[in-house]
Amino acid sequence: MENGQQQSYSIRKFKEKAFLALVFAAALLAVVPLISLLGFVVYKGIGALNLDFFLHTPVPVGEKGGGMANAIVGTLMIVGLGCLFSLPIGLLGGLWLAEWGKGKRGFLIRYTVDVMSGFPTIIFGMFAYVLFVLTMRRFSALAGGFALALVMLPYITKTTEEMVKMVPRTLKESALALGIPEWKVMLFVVLRTAWSGIFTGIMLAVARAAGETAPLLFTAFNNQYWNLQLDQPTASMTVQIYNYAISPFEEWNRMAWAGSLALVAIILAITLVVRKYSKRVVYG
Amino acid sequence: MDEISKKIEVIGLSAWFGDKQALKSINMYMQEKCITAIIGPSGCGKSTFVRCLNRMHETIPGAAAGGRIMLDGENINDPKIDPVLVRRKVGMVFQKPAPFPTMSIYDNVASGIKLNGRTNKSELDRVVEQSLKQAAIWEEVKDSLSKPGIGLSGGQQQRLCIARALAVKPEVLLLDEPCSALDPISTGKIEELLHELKKEFTIVIVTHNMQQAARVADFTGFFLLGDLIEFDVTKNIFTAPADKRTEEYVTGRFG
Repeated sequence: MENGQQQSYSIRKFKEKAFLALVFAAALLAVVPLISLLGFVVYKGIGALNLDFFLHTPVPVGEKGGGMANAIVGTLMIVGLGCLFSLPIGLLGGLWLAEWGKGKRGFLIRYTVDVMSGFPTIIFGMFAYVLFVLTMRRFSALAGGFALALVMLPYITKTTEEMVKMVPRTLKESALALGIPEWKVMLFVVLRTAWSGIFTGIMLAVARAAGETAPLLFTAFNNQYWNLQLDQPTASMTVQIYNYAISPFEEWNRMAWAGSLALVAIILAITLVVRKYSKRVVYG
Repeated sequence: MDEISKKIEVIGLSAWFGDKQALKSINMYMQEKCITAIIGPSGCGKSTFVRCLNRMHETIPGAAAGGRIMLDGENINDPKIDPVLVRRKVGMVFQKPAPFPTMSIYDNVASGIKLNGRTNKSELDRVVEQSLKQAAIWEEVKDSLSKPGIGLSGGQQQRLCIARALAVKPEVLLLDEPCSALDPISTGKIEELLHELKKEFTIVIVTHNMQQAARVADFTGFFLLGDLIEFDVTKNIFTAPADKRTEEYVTGRFG
């Protein structure tokens, strides 16, 4: 082989290695923010996280102890309401898109759902404010749940559509051929077959909603005390964290860190559980 | 042939996919408690034909069918007749075995009854056992009824699907190339099974395999490009076809 060719080959090899190193470095950099954020939250939050945090309601500045028990329950309540509002519509809407949404109407609805999934979530909060808070003349878990439902709806609709589309037509035909009415075929065969995938989508939507602050600021508002009534202002972890974080008191700042850690842990747990159980059904 | 024993009589049946005509005014009948085979090259309309017999054709967007299909003297192709009720009388098994993946063997067989609202447990047990026995798979699965249906082999899955179709107590059973995804041994089992089933059911089988038609069918219809070219007792179709095209097809000169 000629010397010139040999040399250009070694240069090319070097270039290739340099490129590989660059790509790897970029990939590494992409996870640095997440890792450092997690580390920081753990470092700052772990000190203030104790049993009291999960059992007690907030205490005024200066008092010792106190926790976010009411906010944890409040978040569960509001997200639960969000599920209640968004699940029926999301599941049935996704089913419609997958099975009958081929035409112009389907295109329009699909497009709207896509736009909605990228919408600033504070707008959903404003919508819920006008619809619920102004008419009921008070902040409420109901209003917060409605705002979160709007956050979750596009995710649930989209996953349902995708998962239902993956169910082979032969299954639907087999069920129809048994003389089962179409609506039952859709609910008990098609939707049930797609369910494990849809469930993954629902849990991811729940994780997303549980981490939202903006839609709750002027809907569920906040509450320093226990509240289990749906038409009353209700605490949530995110809004509580927000209030504590912007306060000038060091103890409250520490509580904000503890709340952040707890919230991140909950969301991480949901995501991990989903990953573990989201093995897709293999068809045929 | 006795006029009274015609289970299904097809009169001037045409079918379309959008503008494309898939069946051209077919006239044919199915003798009660006999096996009728439908043969013909790919795209000749044989699947479309059987899918019309239980109103499955119309579930495809843009598909339409005209003409009369008389089941015991009643036109089941009448738009006023509920296709759901037609399908309970005319069951169907498809080319690819498709047990419901989320359901156990038991639930697969019971699904047609359960989802139609009748759920008496002891009655259900009885029907499931009877259907699995009729489909000649009971001995193989009786100890694993709660296991998933998709865990079975391809041939077992197909017999499970036959049991599932039988559980709703149809009078006619349509089989759309039921063996084309199966190995010869499983195919043999299904053919044996068909001989047993025809004592109780009127059977229509679509097949690519001419030996299969010759082995199992009492009557055979040969389709070509949406036309029924010839329909006769199976022996005549294979040994003394009246039409030259039938002869060319069954002797393997085309298709």
